[in-house]
Amino acid sequence: MDLVTLTEAGLYCPAGDFFIDPARPVARAVITHAHADHATTGHGAVLCSAEGAGITRLRVGPQPTLEALPWGEPRQIGDARVSLHPAGHILGSAQVRIEVAGEVWVASGDYKVEPDPTCTAFEPVQAHTFITESTFGLPVYRWPAQRQVVADMASWWQRNQAADRASVLFVYALGKAQRILAGLGTLLGDDCGPIVVHGAMTALTDAYRAAGVRLPQTSLVSALPKDFPWHQALVLAPPSAQGTPWMRRFGAYADAYASGWMLVRGQRRRRAVDRGFVLSDHADWPGLLQAIEATRAQRVLVTHGQVPVLVRWLAEQGLQAGALEAGYGGEQELETAVTVPDA
Amino acid sequence: MKAFTALFQALDATTSTQAKLAAVQAWLEAVPAADAAWGVFFLTGQKLPQRVPVAELKALAASEARIPAWLFDESYEAVGDLAETIALLLPAPQQPQAVPLHQLVEGQLLGLRTLDPASRAAVVRQVWCSLPSEQRLVWNKLVTGAFRVGVSRQLVLRALAAVTGLEVGTLAHRLMGGWKPSPTAWQSLIATDQSDARTGRPYPFCLAHPLEQPVAQLGPREAWQAEWKWDGIRAQLVCRGGTVQLWSRGDELISETFPELVAAGRHAFAEDLVLDGEVLVWRDGRPAGFGELQKRLGRKQVSPRLQASLPVVLLVYDLLERAGEDLRAQPLAVRRAALEQLMRDVVLPVSPLQLAPVLAAPDWPGLAAAREQSRAEGVEGLMLKRLDSPYAVGRARGDWWKWKVVPYTVDAVLVYAQRGHGRRANLYTDYTFAVWQGDALVPFAKAYSGLSDAEMREVDAFIRANTLERFGPVRTVAPGLVFEIAFEGLQLSTRHKSGIAVRFPRMVRLRRDKPPAEADRLEDIRAMLARTAC
Repeated sequence: MDLVTLTEAGLYCPAGDFFIDPARPVARAVITHAHADHATTGHGAVLCSAEGAGITRLRVGPQPTLEALPWGEPRQIGDARVSLHPAGHILGSAQVRIEVAGEVWVASGDYKVEPDPTCTAFEPVQAHTFITESTFGLPVYRWPAQRQVVADMASWWQRNQAADRASVLFVYALGKAQRILAGLGTLLGDDCGPIVVHGAMTALTDAYRAAGVRLPQTSLVSALPKDFPWHQALVLAPPSAQGTPWMRRFGAYADAYASGWMLVRGQRRRRAVDRGFVLSDHADWPGLLQAIEATRAQRVLVTHGQVPVLVRWLAEQGLQAGALEAGYGGEQELETAVTVPDA
Repeated sequence: MKAFTALFQALDATTSTQAKLAAVQAWLEAVPAADAAWGVFFLTGQKLPQRVPVAELKALAASEARIPAWLFDESYEAVGDLAETIALLLPAPQQPQAVPLHQLVEGQLLGLRTLDPASRAAVVRQVWCSLPSEQRLVWNKLVTGAFRVGVSRQLVLRALAAVTGLEVGTLAHRLMGGWKPSPTAWQSLIATDQSDARTGRPYPFCLAHPLEQPVAQLGPREAWQAEWKWDGIRAQLVCRGGTVQLWSRGDELISETFPELVAAGRHAFAEDLVLDGEVLVWRDGRPAGFGELQKRLGRKQVSPRLQASLPVVLLVYDLLERAGEDLRAQPLAVRRAALEQLMRDVVLPVSPLQLAPVLAAPDWPGLAAAREQSRAEGVEGLMLKRLDSPYAVGRARGDWWKWKVVPYTVDAVLVYAQRGHGRRANLYTDYTFAVWQGDALVPFAKAYSGLSDAEMREVDAFIRANTLERFGPVRTVAPGLVFEIAFEGLQLSTRHKSGIAVRFPRMVRLRRDKPPAEADRLEDIRAMLARTAC
C-alpha cells in the first residue's frame, strides 16, 4: 500500500488523512520547513517541528492551529504514526516518518547532509520507501567545504573594505542568509564589522535568534542614516533587490550571489554579479546518494529537480525508483510565463 | 598554467575594461616569454584546431568520472559547456603539479592529433591527474579548441602596448599572417626595431561601424567616398619579393582556395604592394550571392572545372602599400588615386582583379536612392568612407560606415527550442521558427540572438510550460509565440524543407500582439524572393 500519494494539492497520506507541504489550503498539513513553496497559508491545522515553529508561524499566518513536535517524538494521526526528524536544510526543517502497520515511509522535504551551524544536522532514518528531492541531482554538483566558502566571503569583504566599496551579497532571505551570518560570526568573531540586512530578512533573522541560534549583530538598512559608512559594510539582500533603486544608497559596491547554481560558470555570468559563492542548502550529488543509501530503502520516489536523471540512476543501481513530481520551486528561480494572445 | 588560469578567472569575473586591461598587463609582466607567447596567441582569439574528437573526449571523461554516457550527456546539457562539464565531473587530482603553459601546449597539446586514440587518452588522463580542478577547465578548453574569454583582441594589444612601449598598430601587424608562438617569435613581437615591416604579413584590416544616425549628419557629401557594400570575403592580396599571398580578414591564408586570384596578382604586379578588397563569385557582370561563394570554400583541391563554374573576382578598393612603402597613413583620396592609376596601368580588363567602383551620386538623397537599388545590384548596401581618413587598425569610429539596406522581416512561429551554451546554459534560447504552408507550419529559420535577458527568461518559461515532445535536447513547442525575424538575404535551397535559405536571421521582437494564425505564409516569403533579382 502507498502511504503517500500525489494529489493536486501535493503529497497526501491517506492513512492519516493529511497533506505534506500542500500547495493549496487543506484541513490538516504537515509542513517540512518554512520556505514559501512548502509552507503555504490557509490551512486548518499545521504540524511542524518544534525547532521550526517560530519561522513556520511567520509563513502560515495566525489562523491555523499549530502543533510543534519535538524531534523523534511519535504522534498518531488516524492510522498513521508520524514523527519528525531533522533534514538539515534550514532551521527546523524536517523529514516526515510515517509508519502504518509496520510499513515505514520517509518524506524528506528539502535536505542537505553537510553540517550547518543554524540547524540540527540531517538524521538518516531507515525506511522501506524514501521520498527524496533532486534539486542538484547531477554528478557535476559537488559542493566545496562550507568553511572554505565562508572564508572566501570574508576575504572578499575585507578586500572590498580595503578598496572602499560596499559588499552586497545576494542570498535567500530564509536559511542561507542566517547560515552565512553564523559562519561569518564564528570565523571573524562578533566584532567583524557592520553587517546590514534588507527589510525582507529582519523578521526571519530575529526568529532565528529567538530560536536560540547565535548570530552576529545586524542592522536594518532602512533604519541607518544616509551617511552610514556603507563601504565598510557587508549588505545581505534578497536576489530580487539586484538592480533596484534600493541599491543606490551604497555608492560604490561589489556584488556577489551565494547559491549552489554558482558552481556553473554560465549561471554565474548570467547573474551578472562580480562574484559567485557556491553555497547551497540542498544536498549535492554525493549527498543525495549518501542520504538515500543511509535509509536502506528499497524503493525511492523522487520529487522536484532532476527527477528523470536520479530515477534512472537509482534504477541502474538496482533500486525500485519512480517519480513523484510535486510542484516545488526548490532553489530554482521563479519565472513568470508570457501570456499568450488568443488565437 | 597556474598564472594563465588565474588570468582567465580574473577576466571572467569582471566586465570592467580597466580591470581587464590591468589583469592582462600584470600577467604579461609576470610570466616568462614562452608562456606569454602562447597566452597572447590564445587571448587574441587564435585557435588550434580541436585536438581530440569530442566523442573520444566525452567517453574518456565519463570513464574517469565513473559515470555512464547518458549521465555525462545530461550533465553536459545542464552545464552547457563541454570543457567545464568535464572539469566539474573529474575526481580531484591526486598529485597536482605546477606545469608552465608552454610546456603543456608544446609537450602535450600539439602532439595529440597525430597520436592513436589509446595514446591520446593516456596523455589527456595524465594531464588531468596533474592539474588542479580550475586549471583543468582551461586545459579542456584548449583541447576542445573552444578557448574564449571576455577580452577583445584590441584590449590584449593595448595591454601589450602598455607593457612594451610599442604602438598597437605595430603589434597588430606583427601578429598577422599566421604568427606562431615561441620565445623567438615573442622577442620579435616585442622588439623595438621597426625594420621588419615588410615580411609576408597582411596589414590589420580597417573595419566599419554600422551607420545608426541619419546620413545627412555625416556632413557634406563631398567629404565622403561611397561604394557598394559587397557580400563576399574581405581579403588582402599581399605581393612581396615575388611571392603573392591572399589573406582573409580572419587572418587565414586562402591562396589555395582562390589560385586564379594569386596567379593574376603574380601576372599583373612586378613591384611589392598590398591590395584590400572583396572576393566574390561574379557572373554576368554582377555578384552571384554568398551562397555561390560558399561552394568554393573549404576545398583542398580547386579544379579548373570549379573555377570555371564558379568564377571569382577580387574587387579592389584600397591600396595599402606600394613599392614597399606603407601608404596607410595617407588620406583615402590619395590612396584611391594611386589605386586607380595602378589598376589602369597594369591590370588587364579580363583579369579577375578589378577596381571596385565608387558611386557618383552627387548628394545624400542621390546616394539614398542608389542604396534602394542594393538588392537589385546583389549588394548589402553602401559603404561610406571619409576621404581624408587613414587606413586605421581595427574598428576606428567615425571614418568608415556601413549603410546597409533595411533587412527583410517575417513574422514566424516558434516551433522548436534547444538549450543554449555558455551564459545561456540551462535556458532554452536556440529557436527554430516556422511559417504557414496551407494548414501546416514549415520550419524555415533558426535564430539565437536579438532578445534581452528578461525576454529570454520569459520565452524559456513559456517553452517549459508548453512542451509537446522532447527529442534528446530538442523540445517541440506548442505554437503560441510569434516573433518578428529579420534577415539579410534569401536564396532558393534544395537542402531546406521550406525550399528557402535565409542569411543572418535574428529576432527583432516578440510579437505579443499577434496570434500564431496571423504569422506569415511561405507564399509571402517566396514573393519576397521573386522581388529580389538574385
